[in-house]
Amino acid sequence: MKKLILSLVLANLLAACASDPAKEAAQEPATTAPAATATEPAAAPAETTAASQAPAATESTAAAAPEAAAMPGEVSVHFPFDVDAVQPEDRATVQAHGKYLSENRGSKVRLEGNADERGSSEYNLALGQRRANNVKKLLILSGAKESQITTVSYGEEKPRATGHDEASWAQNRRVDFVYK
Amino acid sequence: MRGWLGLILGACMTMSAHATLDIEITGAGEHQTPISVVRFGGEERIAGQPISSVVSNDLLRTGLFKLIDPAGKAPHEPGEVRYVEWAGVEALVIGSVRQLDDGRVEVRFRLLDAVRHAELIALAVTAKSDQVRAIGHRIADLVYEKLTGSAGVFSTRIAYVNREGRHYRLVMADSDGYGEQTLWSQNEPIMSPAWSPDGKQIAYVSFERGHATVFVQSLVTQKRTVLADFSGSNSAPAWSPDGRQLAIVLTRDGSSQLYLVRADGSDLRRITFSETIDTEPTFSPDGKMLLFTSDRGGKAQIYGVAVEGGFAERLTFEGGNNFSPRFSPDGKSFVYSHFNGGTFYIAVQDFESKQVQILTPGGWEKKPSFAPNGKLILFATESQGRGILATVSSDGRVKQKMVAQRGDIREPVWGPFLKQ
Repeated sequence: MKKLILSLVLANLLAACASDPAKEAAQEPATTAPAATATEPAAAPAETTAASQAPAATESTAAAAPEAAAMPGEVSVHFPFDVDAVQPEDRATVQAHGKYLSENRGSKVRLEGNADERGSSEYNLALGQRRANNVKKLLILSGAKESQITTVSYGEEKPRATGHDEASWAQNRRVDFVYK
Repeated sequence: MRGWLGLILGACMTMSAHATLDIEITGAGEHQTPISVVRFGGEERIAGQPISSVVSNDLLRTGLFKLIDPAGKAPHEPGEVRYVEWAGVEALVIGSVRQLDDGRVEVRFRLLDAVRHAELIALAVTAKSDQVRAIGHRIADLVYEKLTGSAGVFSTRIAYVNREGRHYRLVMADSDGYGEQTLWSQNEPIMSPAWSPDGKQIAYVSFERGHATVFVQSLVTQKRTVLADFSGSNSAPAWSPDGRQLAIVLTRDGSSQLYLVRADGSDLRRITFSETIDTEPTFSPDGKMLLFTSDRGGKAQIYGVAVEGGFAERLTFEGGNNFSPRFSPDGKSFVYSHFNGGTFYIAVQDFESKQVQILTPGGWEKKPSFAPNGKLILFATESQGRGILATVSSDGRVKQKMVAQRGDIREPVWGPFLKQ
């Protein structure tokens, strides 16, 4: 676990940035390149209900139907064990959602935080909430309004994968974007 | 304790399910009292588990007794006991059961000192015919108390969550896991049941409103009320020993923090101000202190804070993460779930010496809570991929697993002594 934590120092630094609006704003121009699909004109925010559809499928839909601002294809971001900071590789995804929300003020998203089963159920409920809160902060920094976002934590109570192994746990440590 | 004492058990819950449990006991106490529980006269004519087996199973589970087979001898009255036949037995439980004309059941029992040839307890109990198990637990309590000097907990209840797929049930059961009664069920998660000190209410977390909300349910009327439903998560209820307030955890101001609230939901006060995760509060028996889980030091550890808030002292320093603290009833130690190397253990730590004792071999062992007499600890573990109930004696010597017929058992908590 030590190794894991060390490898996450960078992630935590980024999270620290995310909680500082001034720093974040200054950094914004440097970190361009949101998800390619986001800048591409594509389908209107079709009834995205469940957060579980395959990203690949959504991307191809986006490419096929050029129109106004696209809803980002990726609808989940994942986290390492016992970590609540948005990971560097997921920042572009979150920023693309922020951009989408800023261009679609009528859209609302619910961020659903989840955790794997390692930990007490109450601790994991708290951890899922922190994950959702951190995604929310980055969404707001990326242009979304607070009124467009709600957060909820399911902790370890609604696992996507029920195995007791890292492959399952990795899937369960995530925040889903659910548009209404 | 001479003569027959009359006792009528109050009307209890109905709707008990007859769940079958597989109970496995390992280990033994340092000193075991040899005792023989004789089949009660007429018990085979009463439906349900024979009362003598309820009594002997209760005593066996403590690890403090060695059950001696009566080897065919079947006295039901003191006059029928020939003490020369009971060499090696220190205590003898005899009795009889009979159906009364009004449909009720009368149970008579005696505890005999087989060494001094003396009667220690004589008792007659009348109750509804579906209360035979409850009478058996009461008899076991009296025997336990007389022979060990500690209060028995066999008549107390436990609560837990049973999950089957997406279906969740809040369940109350006898301390031995039998007599399950469903208090609430739904297709949304239920978490963190907590008994009120008088045993008449249970607070818990339900997701029926789409997010974690704290409910309080009366076990007398079954009425449910919302204690806390702020934005974000409302969770981890814990009652103060006087029952007048609860500690809860809210995320309405960001990260999970501890709050106090009166039992009627009024007078909300924030206690911790950490910006990290603070959760799983639990009151000390004197009501002055809270233990809780926090990751303010980087990883989940146990901390203590005065009920009015202020400086929080870190109490656990063991490697790995520590969760779910609960005070012992005497306030001298606390039990918690210790996670290290991918394994959860049940550990107990003494406040004064700070000494830590790992009580269990390790596994998926979570959510420990003391029996109200402090002698046993109930927790959740896993067997063949399913959550089950388990107990360990507070000295770690005797372990017990209870495998229910179906479902995944989570979040068990031992209830208080019930006032007679």
